Amino acid sequence: MTEADYAVVAEALVKRFGEFAAVDRISFPVRRGEIFGFLGPNGSGKSTTIRILCGLLKPTSGRVVVAGHDVSEHAELVRQSIGYMSQKFSLYNDLTVRENLRFYGGMYGVSGAQLREAIAVTLEMAGLTDMESTPVATLSGGWKQHLALGSAMLHRPPIVFLDEPTSGVDPVARRQFWQVIQRMGAAGTTIFVTTHYMDEAEYCNRVVLINHGKLVALGTPAELKREKLGGELMELVCEPSWSAIEALKALPAVVDAFVFGNAIHLLVTDSTIARAEIQRLLQNAGVAMVRFEPIRPSMEDVFVQLTVRRNAAHAEGAAP
Amino acid sequence: MTELSNSIQVMGLSKSFADQPAIEDLSFQVEPGEIFGLVGPDGAGKTTTLRILAGVLKADRGSVIVGGHDVASDPQTLKRDISYMPQRFGLYEDLTVDENIRFCADLFGVRRKLRQDRATRLLAACEMSEFRGRLAGKLSGGMKQKLGLVCALIHAPRVLLLDEPTTGVDPVSRREFWNMLYALVSEGVAVLSSTAYLDEAERCHRVALLYRGRMLMCDSPKGLRDAVKGAVISIISNQARQVQELITGDDRFAHSVLVGNALHVFVDDAGVRIPELESSLSAGGISYEEIAQVAPTIEDLFVHAVTSEVGH
Repeated sequence: MTEADYAVVAEALVKRFGEFAAVDRISFPVRRGEIFGFLGPNGSGKSTTIRILCGLLKPTSGRVVVAGHDVSEHAELVRQSIGYMSQKFSLYNDLTVRENLRFYGGMYGVSGAQLREAIAVTLEMAGLTDMESTPVATLSGGWKQHLALGSAMLHRPPIVFLDEPTSGVDPVARRQFWQVIQRMGAAGTTIFVTTHYMDEAEYCNRVVLINHGKLVALGTPAELKREKLGGELMELVCEPSWSAIEALKALPAVVDAFVFGNAIHLLVTDSTIARAEIQRLLQNAGVAMVRFEPIRPSMEDVFVQLTVRRNAAHAEGAAP
Repeated sequence: MTELSNSIQVMGLSKSFADQPAIEDLSFQVEPGEIFGLVGPDGAGKTTTLRILAGVLKADRGSVIVGGHDVASDPQTLKRDISYMPQRFGLYEDLTVDENIRFCADLFGVRRKLRQDRATRLLAACEMSEFRGRLAGKLSGGMKQKLGLVCALIHAPRVLLLDEPTTGVDPVSRREFWNMLYALVSEGVAVLSSTAYLDEAERCHRVALLYRGRMLMCDSPKGLRDAVKGAVISIISNQARQVQELITGDDRFAHSVLVGNALHVFVDDAGVRIPELESSLSAGGISYEEIAQVAPTIEDLFVHAVTSEVGH
């Protein structure tokens, strides 16, 4: 693949605020037409990165190419090729849905028949067709989110940047919003989306995990779960309830163990060996093993294991 | 007596604000040694419920009994037994970690020796021992929440009420926070915690799903999942979107959700519907990598319950 096949290329991106490195040598390519998730906890550098990619903030060093244009040299060209929905988007509460879209159309220089067509497509895609005459003030938070997304896409940009679009939205609306994103992705738009909800990785074709400004992992959700967990994730249920976590952690085949509701979750190097070791331990404690079986890891499991390992490597002075 | 004093009983609780019901007829019970989750989106009534339980808000109807004492009629007696950590916990940002702890301990008249022992143990449990001299204002979001918990626990309450304690907290701190809760309930404390993260419901022993002030369901996470009528089928395909178009309008597959490279279809009976889907897909000329039944998540369940209830 050449650079032209990518919607976004970031190379060795660094952004410092004084001593603090908000973004610390991050590199990644975003393919055309994919839904690319940028995942990390609050304060990990997501918003800073997205603002650099959109040309709103200058990086301390590094290079960004968006839609084939170098952002530092051609910020104007980049801005014409992208849509951007910021965390705190602004809509006009006293205008209707349609009037808001018309206003944004004017801002992007779309007018006449082209604007009417664009509004119809946007309303349809955002699921807002029945609400075009509704004043924005009376919309729920979820629908406002849909409208903000529609506004950012009205000029049909090939790439859209969404900064924490689902933050603070209820689960039902969150799911509906992702359905809209999927529709837009299916129509060929490249979507770059940040989130601190680890479970939202599932909706993306590929994801980056970042923490403290550093890239932790990059891949499809399935790849990360398969390759980055560092073992098999198992669920253990005992009778009577028993949770000697430290004793479990001390077993050779057990990498990590923690209580999870009425069960214990374990990361093990080999489930057969671990089962034998745990059975011995339980026998001595007079506890019965009710269940010991593999479970599907979540993206949060992957994130926790990767960052804990990285922190441990730091503590030993080794390179991460 | 100890057994009883670590439990919470809520019966027929209702509260309205300016004729707008915030919670309607809530009843549930939290046992000693149990983590009970109040789970639901913003506006579900979680904070209102917790504030009534903490005795800072009066209910319109219903009763709350903690350890045999009625919260409304006997708030002073209960103060020592209950600890309430609101969403925005009032830490003093210009005081250090240690000073914040001492301040909370003094409020409850905890003696110096006891305070020192507990602080050492609690700070170690949440991996914060090395930050005792740091100003609270200089802590990360996750560490602030952990310090809030340490402060809430310094007087050794029997009942702990937490309002969205892990919102905005990074996954590693979140896990440490939960580890502390598990250690706490193993000593018999009853914990009632609200959360807007549905995946967090899985970590509770029992949960109540709240939506717009009403309880949709109340059970263990496993019980909730078992109560789901029907099953979820996952179809992994590069043409997941086409799969959805193909089955749209078919009553057997009325509800489906695109999830990345997969389509999740809610059906009555996976055994019957999988072969049917397979033949529709091959008839439609759509290729797929995998088709299999998957376990529904609490979020699946919640979305399903809400959409079938209010026709969202």
